Amino acid sequence: MAGPMKMRATLGSGYTDVRVLMTHPMTTAQSNQPLHFIQNITVKQNGKAVVEAQISQAISRNPVFTFRIKGGAKGDKIEVSWLDNKGETSSIEAAVA
Amino acid sequence: MNNLRRKLVGMAAILLLKPFAALAAWNKDAFGAKTPQDALKGIGAGNPAPSKDLVIEAPQIAENGAVVPIEVSSAIAGTTAIAVIIEKNPFPLAAQFDFQNGALPYVKLNVKMNETSDVRAVAIAAGRQYTATKEIKVTIGGCGG
Repeated sequence: MAGPMKMRATLGSGYTDVRVLMTHPMTTAQSNQPLHFIQNITVKQNGKAVVEAQISQAISRNPVFTFRIKGGAKGDKIEVSWLDNKGETSSIEAAVA
Repeated sequence: MNNLRRKLVGMAAILLLKPFAALAAWNKDAFGAKTPQDALKGIGAGNPAPSKDLVIEAPQIAENGAVVPIEVSSAIAGTTAIAVIIEKNPFPLAAQFDFQNGALPYVKLNVKMNETSDVRAVAIAAGRQYTATKEIKVTIGGCGG
């Protein structure tokens, strides 16, 4: 089942690195289980959407993504949320360290 | 009277809900495409030009097709979107990322691969489409998961 998320947002050289893990079965049409996968992901920096992703069942189970945002500063608020094909949703928030 | 009111309230509710539905858009046609060509058309990139500024970092051989790490970055100025297409998967389009408000055209993701295949990245910059491919060999397919 869909479970907790984990996220780490750190400052790189000139960019903010956002690494996020989502707990999700991501089952495919090829498996014998009901089709259940994340479809939309939104990454926000201080409330502003920076990445909008649409994904398919071809993303691995318990998806891990890394995104990069130009610049940024310690304490910036990063928020990642997802929505799956069954309407389930989850989100996580963290400050850039 | 009551019926009319109910209808009006219902319509107002639909109008209010619509913008939210639009925010969570999911490109059903592109993701439902069964060939890479149809997937490309579905994302509005029917005939992308090859580019060396679009780079795919991935292992040459993936032992486990269920988790294949892929990194895509674009050095093409003004890149606003990157898509990943796994040509021999049953549904080739794996993901599309739209970048705005300072997000860099970079993404690292894990994908499932059914068999050895070319992996195609597509970048959209200033309305033009660019592409790059890399073959990844898969020892054990990973679409049954």
